[in-house]
Amino acid sequence: MTFALAYWQETAVKLAVILAVVPTASLVLVYLFLFKWVSFMQSRLGPMEAGPHGSLQLIAEAVKFLQKEDLMPGRADRHVFAAAPVVVLMSTFLLFVVIPAGPDLVVESLPTGIFYALAVSSLSTLGVLMAGWASANKYALLGGLRAAGQLIAYELPLVLAVVGVVVQAETLDIQGIVAAQADGAIFGWGGIGLPYVLTQFLGLLIFMVAAQAELTQAPFDMPIAESEIVGGFQVEYSGFRYLLFFMAEFGTAFAFSALGAVLFLGGWWFPGFDTDANALNVIGPAIMLGKVLILSFVIFWVRFTYPRLREDQLQQFAWKLLIPVALLNITVTGILKVAF
Amino acid sequence: MTAVEQRRRQAYVDAQASEARVTIELQTGDMTLNIGPQHPATHGTLRIAARLDGEQVVACEPIMGYMHRGYEKLAEVRTYPQVTTLINRIDWLGSFANEVPFILAAERLMEVEAPPRAQWIRTILFELSRIANISLFLGDMGVQVGALTPVFYAFRDRERVLNQIEAVTGGRFHPNFDRIGGLKDDLPKGWIDETRAVMATMRRFCDEMEELLMGSEIFEARCRGIGVIPAEVALSYGLSGANLRGSGIDWDLRRDANPGLAWDQIDWKVWTHPDGDSFARYWVRLQETREATYMVEKLCDGLPGGPIMAKVPRIIKVPAGESYVSTENPLGEMGYYVISQGDLGPFRVKIRTPSFNNISVVPWVMRGVYVPDVITILGSLYFILGDIDR
Repeated sequence: MTFALAYWQETAVKLAVILAVVPTASLVLVYLFLFKWVSFMQSRLGPMEAGPHGSLQLIAEAVKFLQKEDLMPGRADRHVFAAAPVVVLMSTFLLFVVIPAGPDLVVESLPTGIFYALAVSSLSTLGVLMAGWASANKYALLGGLRAAGQLIAYELPLVLAVVGVVVQAETLDIQGIVAAQADGAIFGWGGIGLPYVLTQFLGLLIFMVAAQAELTQAPFDMPIAESEIVGGFQVEYSGFRYLLFFMAEFGTAFAFSALGAVLFLGGWWFPGFDTDANALNVIGPAIMLGKVLILSFVIFWVRFTYPRLREDQLQQFAWKLLIPVALLNITVTGILKVAF
Repeated sequence: MTAVEQRRRQAYVDAQASEARVTIELQTGDMTLNIGPQHPATHGTLRIAARLDGEQVVACEPIMGYMHRGYEKLAEVRTYPQVTTLINRIDWLGSFANEVPFILAAERLMEVEAPPRAQWIRTILFELSRIANISLFLGDMGVQVGALTPVFYAFRDRERVLNQIEAVTGGRFHPNFDRIGGLKDDLPKGWIDETRAVMATMRRFCDEMEELLMGSEIFEARCRGIGVIPAEVALSYGLSGANLRGSGIDWDLRRDANPGLAWDQIDWKVWTHPDGDSFARYWVRLQETREATYMVEKLCDGLPGGPIMAKVPRIIKVPAGESYVSTENPLGEMGYYVISQGDLGPFRVKIRTPSFNNISVVPWVMRGVYVPDVITILGSLYFILGDIDR
């Protein structure tokens, strides 16, 4: 049975899905990694009181943030200050639009999906810069400018890392990339398809490093750097505005892990299924979640292990190492693509 | 001058002028950034007024005194046994070590000497407070460079050392245990074996920090060659402790001017590092902590028997005179200059604290560094606010 919805109905459903998925995604990451996994790494328990193993702590935190006074510095640029967290969060919401969780479970399958995703992900830096400037705070300004410098340095390797995948899959469509991995074969053996992590391992590494910087997670968290510039652009934010930043941070971490999963790990596809099997619409989200959690685990593992680099060292790392390696990766991929 | 030459010269002048105009236009004013008094990197209320050009520090000045508690003045209206309660709180992470030089100064005036067992236990507790103090630094340095995990390990393992101090003195942070002429109590039963186990734990902690933090390439990139203090500068600013040894100067009061504790009766090594940068200071402290664990074990092995208190009058009156005793505290040279006029309490006490001198090198060492390095250098100089402001 097929049923068709009117355009407005469809849009409303999609909107509801996005509004539900983004907070859930960031809550899952916050609970699993920021609360529990990190506590395990740091030999402590983490939240234990609210609910079994502190699982309701998130609700307590959210309520705490919501009931706080809405503070704004006297000299702040009021409208920009208020708009900044919304801009940052909007970039997260827009990212989720093209991330698929099954053959048909995608809000909007764009023919240039991956291009769109990388484009909207850089929107968040605009919000960060707005926050840094509008806070009328020197620490915030330093943080905002650092974030801007970081974006320019890291957007490039991120894009270049993805180009390798795009060349190999011959499409910019995210669903197409998943299908290409599912239909691929390792030296003629199609048992597990061809997840691009095997051929584009260098690409995955560069992608994860650049994503780490894009997400301002340690060791690239100079825009926040709570031990130097005390939170950087977030320093003047409190209450629900801070909650927006917080949600955006973890939502984007989820989105980038999801992009990584789609590009390199085969997305929602699992060996043994047809790419258009209806069953994947049911278990696809679970498969996707598993792959996302693997990648985000790596992100948080690195985050809580390494010290922070200095801004100039980060720039050197990006321009002198990551970009040349990414270009090399593209060249080799291109040559092999033509050769075979 | 030909017309061509003149025109050429004029063009040159114009070019210079326009370039100068651009430079002036592009020139941005310096920004003054107040780091502190409420800033996580200052572990308290130190304020650093830094003038920045972009992210580069042009000049900076430490401003202290936000936590001044007037201990020198307060000591004048206390009796000698009461003073230890105050001076416990100077360097609050290594409290027992604060008491020792004052008690030694008073003992020197009274011409009393603590019995050997008391001296050895004093030395053990002194080294334990050094371990408790510096192990926290070893983890906290991670926070300064942005790694949050090491500090939790530091807190976890320091707890065991504090438990040992508590088992003897009854106080985790402020033992108030040293007495003129000896100690308040003897060691509890079974304490020595427990302490040996704790020392093994602390050595494991040191290994862990060596791998997790010091072995990290990012930590090296952030600390090697950053905040270099050459030996002559370190001397001229009166640095002491690991900051001085990190600049390659082999100077340790425990060995060079032992004021009457058991350090000269065991075998140990003074660690120095020639580089003088943040990494060297961290390295020296790590080695010292490990060395201190061995020292505690050796002291436990050779602990003599006998009384723990010399014969002192019930009401302590210190004869008139002056004495200065300094010891190698966890942070550096800590000394008490005590003037007595034969009363129940000191007439005047001057406290020489290591952090005050160590922090005075900040304007020199911070010139031209970046803001993130300000934090790592401050962290590696390792000061305690109570120790600066007293």
